[in-house]
Amino acid sequence: MEYTDKVMDHFSNPRNMGVIDNPDGYGKIGNASCGDIMEIFLKIENEIIVDVKFRTFGCASAIASSSVSTEMILGKTVEEALEVTNKKVVEALGGLPAVKMHCSVLAEEAIKAAIEDYLSKKK
Amino acid sequence: MKIYLDNNATTKLDDEVFESMVPYFKEEYGNAFSLHLFGRETGKAVRDARKKIADVLEVKPEEIIFTGSGTESDNIAIRGIARAYKNRGKHIILSSIEHPGVRNTCKDLEREGFEITEVDVDKNGVLKIEDLKNAIKEDTILITVMHANNESGAIQPIEEIAEIANKNRILFHVDAVQSMGKKEIKPKEIGIDTLAFTAHKFYGPKGVGGLYIRNGVRIGKVITGGGQEKKLRPGTTNTPLIVGMATALNKIYKNKEEEEKRISELRDYFESEVLKRIPQVIINSKEAERLAGTSSITFKYIEGESILLHLSLKGIAVSSGSACSSDELQASHVLLAMGVPVEFAHGTIRFSIGKYNTKKEIDYTLDNLVEIIEKLRKMSPLWDENKN
Repeated sequence: MEYTDKVMDHFSNPRNMGVIDNPDGYGKIGNASCGDIMEIFLKIENEIIVDVKFRTFGCASAIASSSVSTEMILGKTVEEALEVTNKKVVEALGGLPAVKMHCSVLAEEAIKAAIEDYLSKKK
Repeated sequence: MKIYLDNNATTKLDDEVFESMVPYFKEEYGNAFSLHLFGRETGKAVRDARKKIADVLEVKPEEIIFTGSGTESDNIAIRGIARAYKNRGKHIILSSIEHPGVRNTCKDLEREGFEITEVDVDKNGVLKIEDLKNAIKEDTILITVMHANNESGAIQPIEEIAEIANKNRILFHVDAVQSMGKKEIKPKEIGIDTLAFTAHKFYGPKGVGGLYIRNGVRIGKVITGGGQEKKLRPGTTNTPLIVGMATALNKIYKNKEEEEKRISELRDYFESEVLKRIPQVIINSKEAERLAGTSSITFKYIEGESILLHLSLKGIAVSSGSACSSDELQASHVLLAMGVPVEFAHGTIRFSIGKYNTKKEIDYTLDNLVEIIEKLRKMSPLWDENKN
């Protein structure tokens, strides 16, 4: 099992790590017993994601997946952010080991959960 | 700085051991089985090596066979006994913390129709003797328990187990792969029937193992071929590695007491500093008698692979009980058997100190470890919920 330089870069220098107080959207996916929990906080203005933060309990690929996916949605519209799939996360990382693919799924799901939270609050 | 704290995984080859092997890689290349002058020279080297190892264990040279690894030794012993004694019974007992070399061999035998009972350990990772007694059945042919656990370092009560096995006329196999070179073990005195070990855990070469088989124990063939190693492990004799294993074993026991003391002091210092400087940690098997250099530490609310990789980026090598650093994505069965909750098993790191480690290295590790744990906890939603 080996990680790409991209994974190691995001793992060792995670982007957008932290929390946003009173976020417009918040999503949390995973549980401790399977070894991964991901949290996404969104600040949204005029349907544009103006700030995003994450916190992750998990392995290097979980941390790297969260980090890179926050980069992928920052500055994008809510609609564009919904188009981020686990496949795109894996591509952005230059690949993940086969046994770690679920980490990218977690990132996709966490973003979707945060956006759904935003949309449900808006209603 | 490069710091190797993974000595339970494998060790650095000792220079003297290396030198002892060189002639058998170069000019003394004869087949130890050949009758001519080339074979006589290597044949003698292998005989000497066998005698040296037998002397350390206080057994007869003909009771030692050479294999390719600890796992291979375990396989030959367990499968060999199962085959030879299946008419007497088909029940095998093992502990719940065995190395895959034993565990998966027993599971494989189970698929072949043998019955397997796993005996639990207590929270310190030590086999429950009463449970072992209760697991014995009329048709039990073999008990297999490791001497020291590779993850926790916990020493198993092999003397007591041997007594029980002998009394019940059950064969007793000991996987001494992790303890050999660290703890003295006299299989004959204790009443062990077969005992597996490998050179690379005590500063010898990788790719060679040994198996003690008490005279009188029958072993069915697992590998078939020529006549080498009493026909139990046929294949051309690996003279250089065998010579290396004998040199290494001899050397390691020369100043064992002194080294054990030095290493356990380093380990105790390391653990006391961890407890002082990092909140919410658990030191596993702390209450048990442990191997001197092994320290298994659970850092709550973060994940082990992340700790391992951050340490590695700082030049420090350790191993993890986390599912995420294994290809199977299963949390360590050893930690789970000890009752460590699965989410904490994920956050467990094994530091294993060896003869080349220094206090300076431990201090460097501690400083980096404190920083890394803080960094990862800051990132962890679980830490935020549980830190107080």
